[in-house]
Amino acid sequence: MVGGVVVPVKLYSAVEDRTVHFRLLHAQDFSPVRQRLVRKTDGEEVPREELRKAFPIDSESLVVLQPEELEEVEPPASRDIELCRFVPPALIDDRWYDRPYVLGPDGDEASYFGLARALARKGVEGVARWVMRKKQYVGALRASDGYLMLITLRRADQIVSVAGVEPPARSRPDPKEIRLAEQLVEALEADFDPREWHDEYRERVHRLIEAKAHGESVEVEAPRRRRAAGGLADSLRESVRAAKGKRVA
Amino acid sequence: MPERARPEEAPARAFWSGTITFGLVSIPVDLFAAVRARPIAMRLVDADGNPVGREYYCPEDEQRLSGDDLVRGYERERGELVVVTDEELASIAPDMSRDIELVRFVPLEQIPPEYFDHPYLLAPASRSTKAYHLLAQTMERTGRVGIGTFVMRGHEYLVAILAEGGILRAETLRFADELRTPETIGLPEPPEIPSKVVRRMEEAVSDLTRDSLDLDELSDRYAEGLSELARAKYDAGRDVVGAAPLAEPEAEEAGGEVVDLLRLLERRLGTSPDGRAAASGELRDLSKKELYERAKALDIEGRSKMGREQLIRAIRKAS
Repeated sequence: MVGGVVVPVKLYSAVEDRTVHFRLLHAQDFSPVRQRLVRKTDGEEVPREELRKAFPIDSESLVVLQPEELEEVEPPASRDIELCRFVPPALIDDRWYDRPYVLGPDGDEASYFGLARALARKGVEGVARWVMRKKQYVGALRASDGYLMLITLRRADQIVSVAGVEPPARSRPDPKEIRLAEQLVEALEADFDPREWHDEYRERVHRLIEAKAHGESVEVEAPRRRRAAGGLADSLRESVRAAKGKRVA
Repeated sequence: MPERARPEEAPARAFWSGTITFGLVSIPVDLFAAVRARPIAMRLVDADGNPVGREYYCPEDEQRLSGDDLVRGYERERGELVVVTDEELASIAPDMSRDIELVRFVPLEQIPPEYFDHPYLLAPASRSTKAYHLLAQTMERTGRVGIGTFVMRGHEYLVAILAEGGILRAETLRFADELRTPETIGLPEPPEIPSKVVRRMEEAVSDLTRDSLDLDELSDRYAEGLSELARAKYDAGRDVVGAAPLAEPEAEEAGGEVVDLLRLLERRLGTSPDGRAAASGELRDLSKKELYERAKALDIEGRSKMGREQLIRAIRKAS
């Protein structure tokens, strides 16, 4: 898949769903609700085989596409990941990254790990295209700790760009405030360590569910208040002091 | 409670409203999704082109249900459901649902791309935008992004706040335990690779290395084919139906009117001429729930008992 070189790979989702999944219940009798598709005009249920997809031409017209027509424009099924080019990672906007996949070797470890090594040494990411579940995907191929990873990319035109929006000149903060704010950022500076963060709330939700299941009353924590009353500069000065204090302790 | 955008609501709907705290400085903000629905987001219709939508119903009595008829339940064991209310979910984390406290500042390039989940834009939600601009400028000057967390609708989000061109934006991030690693997947340890193989790969990579992107490679040719097909049928007058505003997108994709979002951002930033009364002038466009969120961010006492008009008055006074 790289300029005549073939690297057999397997694709694994890199995302593990750890969300606490709730079911929606009817408040009256607590029976789990179901979803159905209904015609908006008369509220009648529409059976699956009568469903069609319609393409919006403009705000006034839709074109109904028949299943056989949709099939015709489907990308042809393929098991290849095509690499178009390699670029410096800085060219890929963080907003484009969507869903990550881990690639694993499929029979030929040497070429798989060789490519991972080559990408790491060259410091580039690949622009890849492939077809999965009848859809065309574009992704970034990158080396991560000696392995290969593929992250699907959103299209640039899907991202709301703020390039044209300019903040007004009259709200420039004064230099003293900027200095203090920079000191505060410096006091809180650290390397990004993902293991430092835990979904604490998920744990609290599980505790809440357990407590309720055992008929216990649920404690409600009172909100903390730590708002400063003074002006921006005073707040900043106090924050810098507090942040530095924390560092030493 | 169903988390689907309702078409009758204002197009630019805040995903979350609350306060960014930076030390003791608080910045009230609204978070808006920065991903728009894809142009080919198709509508569901029946065979005759009538709009089709999803609805919830109770299998017991076939009754159609609206948001007010629904509660959340967690299935602890098969058949054993524990009902959990929105109030309880909010009460177990009172601060977490109102504030994003920036507790770390890190270099953006240190965040591995697999952590990025969804991009958002941040619009100031108070009349004074001074603290908003201060944070944006400071982050740009230091080249750092702020990290914090917030809670919404029963989820905690890890979030990076970034600044770009004087505007704050955010990326929600995955938690480390939400990502599988080669070890957890069970991939073999990287073996010793003959340098010959690595060299051959490096050559192949070098041959294809460029210093710019090609937008054509990033485009969706399938979507183009689909759009061409639809336009051809439209020109031929085949299967054309009136676009009922009720027809729902096929997939539940986020996205609102981009133009409106940018205009809102400009008004809030005070860039556009009618910016002065912005934050309060458009309060009337907000839903009661959004007004309530705004009141919550401003710590307005007695907000839960207020009606729409009272909320608007109280928010105007407080911001």
